[in-house]
Amino acid sequence: MSTTFWIIIAGAIATYLTRIGGHLVISRFDNIHPRVEAGLNAVPAAVLTTLVAPELLHAGPAEWAALVVTAAVSLRGGLMAMFLAGAAVLILARQFVG
Amino acid sequence: MATDVISESGGKSDFWQGVRLSMPVVVASAPFAVLFGALAVDQGFTVFEAFLMSALVFGGASQMVGIQLFGQHVAPWLIVLSIFAVNFRHVLYSAGIGRRIAHWPVLSQALGYFILTDPQYAVAEARAQSGQTVGFAWYLGLGLPVYVFWIVESALGALFGKLIPNAHALGIDFLLPIYFLGLVMGFRKRPLWLPVVVASACASIIAYKTVGSPWHVSIGAVAGVLLAVILPPHHSGVETR
Repeated sequence: MSTTFWIIIAGAIATYLTRIGGHLVISRFDNIHPRVEAGLNAVPAAVLTTLVAPELLHAGPAEWAALVVTAAVSLRGGLMAMFLAGAAVLILARQFVG
Repeated sequence: MATDVISESGGKSDFWQGVRLSMPVVVASAPFAVLFGALAVDQGFTVFEAFLMSALVFGGASQMVGIQLFGQHVAPWLIVLSIFAVNFRHVLYSAGIGRRIAHWPVLSQALGYFILTDPQYAVAEARAQSGQTVGFAWYLGLGLPVYVFWIVESALGALFGKLIPNAHALGIDFLLPIYFLGLVMGFRKRPLWLPVVVASACASIIAYKTVGSPWHVSIGAVAGVLLAVILPPHHSGVETR
């Protein structure tokens, strides 16, 4: 079996652990320490940010324009609206600046 | 969706009531399933692997993270760790929903946790808080259509993705960062969001420049989470109990 296959299997097990783990572990405690809860709350934004930020280092004008528009649209629209707006700007801008 | 179905006690009507509630989720997640399939193929997955990942992981954001890192040839264990990190929020859902479904048979519970996604939790918790019981048939009706459509649409997206000739002109290579930025913005109402994002962004860029990829992901994430832990609780909006 390929490496990809095992990444998928391990990723699936890791994901299932998060889905059943809260019930098995956290529900045994009466309360979660506020600092732990604050840390848990911060996890998704922290992880996802690291996937965007380094891309800025080699982003050209087209990529910057797309990210700015995505962020702007996000203040009003939903996820799909901002994604489509960002993608449209990117495709359009790349026709001119490559 | 606000139509209240008068629930006959039979499991069948409960199931279909769940199915009805699942429809907005099915519609909203469809584009992301197709997008995942197309991007997965672009990053080097086969159509079957894209399908398999959707069928076994069943978590949109984490699947996107997985293929992004896969395309960057990051060490396998780090890809798995990143999937785990992105999905870690489920721990909280799991702890919350566990009280609602504790009366189910163990195998039903095991299946229930497998399909515990963000909308699944939100809708089930809302039902529980309105005083209704969260039954297995209802819960399955809510989750099963989302699951079936998700994996079928992923496979379709992967098949379609193979047909895209000029990925750069269509911006395919930069769609994931745009998508991730959208997700980051989606969390902006959370307490400490801005400081966490700034800390993670700075740390990940510095780590990317010095230690190098793939470590910028772990280092950046740890920086943001640590900041949230260190700042006094009254800033984080978490009630002290």
